[in-house]
Amino acid sequence: MMLEIKNLHASVEGKEILRGIDLAVDASEVHAIMGPNGSGKSTLARVLAGQEAYEVTEGQILLNGKDLLDMDPEERAREGAFMAFQYPVEIPGVSNTYFLKAALNAVRKHRGQKEMDALEFLSLVRQKMKLVQMDESLLGRPVNEGFSGGEKKRNEIFHMAVLEPTLAVLDETDSGLDIDALRIVADGVNALRSKDRAFVVITHYQRLLNYIVPDKVHVLVDGRIVRSGGKELALELEAKGYTWIEQEVRGAAVSSAAPATVGA
Amino acid sequence: MATISETSETSETLTASATPPPFNDIEASSVWLNDFRRFMAERPETATEPSFVYSLRHEALESFAEIGFPSTRQEQWRATNVAPLARIRYRLPGHAPSSVTAAEVSPHTWEAAATLVFVDGRFAPGLSQRGELPAGVFAGSLAEALATRPEDVKPWLGSQASYAQHAFVALNSAFFTDGAFLWLPRGAVIERPIHLLFLASGASGAGDADEKPLACFPRNLIVAGESSQVRVVETYASLTENAVYFTCPVTEVDAGPNSIVDHYKVQRESHSAFHMATFALRQERSSALSSHSISLGGGLVRNDVNALLDGEGSDTILNGLYMIGGRQFVDHHMRVEHAKPHCTSHELFKGVLDGHARSVFNGLIHVRHGAQKTDAKQSNRNLLLSKDAVANSNPQLEIFADDVKCTHGSTVGQLDDDAIFYLRSRGIGAEAARSLLTYAFASDIVERIKVEPVRKDLEEFLFAALPKGEVVRQAV
Repeated sequence: MMLEIKNLHASVEGKEILRGIDLAVDASEVHAIMGPNGSGKSTLARVLAGQEAYEVTEGQILLNGKDLLDMDPEERAREGAFMAFQYPVEIPGVSNTYFLKAALNAVRKHRGQKEMDALEFLSLVRQKMKLVQMDESLLGRPVNEGFSGGEKKRNEIFHMAVLEPTLAVLDETDSGLDIDALRIVADGVNALRSKDRAFVVITHYQRLLNYIVPDKVHVLVDGRIVRSGGKELALELEAKGYTWIEQEVRGAAVSSAAPATVGA
Repeated sequence: MATISETSETSETLTASATPPPFNDIEASSVWLNDFRRFMAERPETATEPSFVYSLRHEALESFAEIGFPSTRQEQWRATNVAPLARIRYRLPGHAPSSVTAAEVSPHTWEAAATLVFVDGRFAPGLSQRGELPAGVFAGSLAEALATRPEDVKPWLGSQASYAQHAFVALNSAFFTDGAFLWLPRGAVIERPIHLLFLASGASGAGDADEKPLACFPRNLIVAGESSQVRVVETYASLTENAVYFTCPVTEVDAGPNSIVDHYKVQRESHSAFHMATFALRQERSSALSSHSISLGGGLVRNDVNALLDGEGSDTILNGLYMIGGRQFVDHHMRVEHAKPHCTSHELFKGVLDGHARSVFNGLIHVRHGAQKTDAKQSNRNLLLSKDAVANSNPQLEIFADDVKCTHGSTVGQLDDDAIFYLRSRGIGAEAARSLLTYAFASDIVERIKVEPVRKDLEEFLFAALPKGEVVRQAV
């Protein structure tokens, strides 16, 4: 198993957001995680990436059998985890290309591979840029600075293509994209699908999943995976919205909690 | 990035009432008076120096005797305590030629149109290089110019840097032994930069049993004639780590009509040194002057920059970068005076502070009555890398014209946590991520440096100073 999440509980500022997540993703698979706003989707992505504001109170995350929670964010990246940010950060003064070269070489060094020189890197970059139809002018610019929303998301996929992670987590990469940009991003992701790589695609809307067809779909409500299924589950959610499933989950919770309340 | 709290305060103008100098100042002043008598008596030049220099020295010393060292009760020195400097007894530059070798100097030099080297306050002709310069240009020692062409020096010496209310300009005017004199006639263009290199050997006084620290008073004068063009780099450096000494330079510039002057000052004194500098410039019609102040060394450092935009359509750029740590203190006191209409002044100063370092930026823009269409911009941005570092920023506007555009802003902030996390999530280590962002913050100024060896040296300094600098080197 490439990614194993076991009974994951996580809080931010003392408030529990994830309340027992179990998820197993195998190499070559694409899993979609859907859910209403506030269900904990982005929290899950950030916990996977190692953002410090999120405190894991219980549970385990294993990446290729290694304890991810024991690692700093950079170690996770070097171990093959990648997160495409929902809101990529603008970093004035840091060149998009040179920074990526330093990142790639940090990853390669960790993997025991030879560091790339400027020429090798440039030819790699040219090739990967085509994947997301990125304009070469974006290479020389500072990271994400002055990029449009679509350019930022494409840049995330471009970073992913260069770093070649084993596990890629896409956090609402579709948000704010028009249909053309969405297609480009999805094509980029599809080109990177391989038997050695797994994807966790976090999205609110089913639309992206028309282009990145998932093997499994999970529905997150109130910090728990309440339903899992095939790609048809996404279509059902698209048609019916999230309300029915939320009501079903919360109704069940209320009725099961009711006797306890009475008993007290 | 690096802008968390936006502080934009306008300072109250406290009246600098005539506060009596603290008791130790009287003592300090009398020491300097005695030193002056001896200085004048012992120098062979005293007999031959032109009378205007003799007068300047005496008047400046009288002025110093009157005002003494500034106290923190004075508005302009509120944040700068010069007591550690004032309580030390110094020795003045000797007459013996320096024992510094070319090999010691060469790491500090680069290919320039002319390199004038001064060691411990004395011009070192053997270490200097004077290449081919356009006809009529003088680039050499001020002492030499005073001996050979005093009439070219006389109108300018002391014309911009006033000793009247400034103890350090006064001391410099009284005690200067040498410095550079650059004189460009009308239309002279020097393409390659001229390098003025001031080295402190850190050697104790030869035969001086009590080994007092050395006090040096470099005096530079740059006169750019009409439509001339020159690029000047002033470097202050120490050949001995942690040497204690005092450098008190004054540089005056007169930029003639339509002239272009690019000036750089790189301060890399020993971390135990005192450096109190004044840069005073006057610009005539349609001249363009840029000056970059790079302050990396020194323990207690002050840079007074006084710009007088005295001709219509003149353009001034004043930028700076200070990068300090430990217990270093760096103060930039800027006064930009718009005297004529249609002038532009843009100031950008950035500071990176680590450890217990402290910085002061005091930026006054004064727009005189009638200086319409003034376009003045001033910005000071500080990045604090430690919780014990303190940056004071105090922009001031005094505007007496009604059709002007003046803006100022200052920020003090820390590195952006989101940016650090973003870089780490791509595999860059935490320390390298912080260094990379720090470099990016400083690079804004670094990139504006047009003299390549100066820019490269500064980049190398940053790579060496920042943790994981080798990652930064390949990521920028």
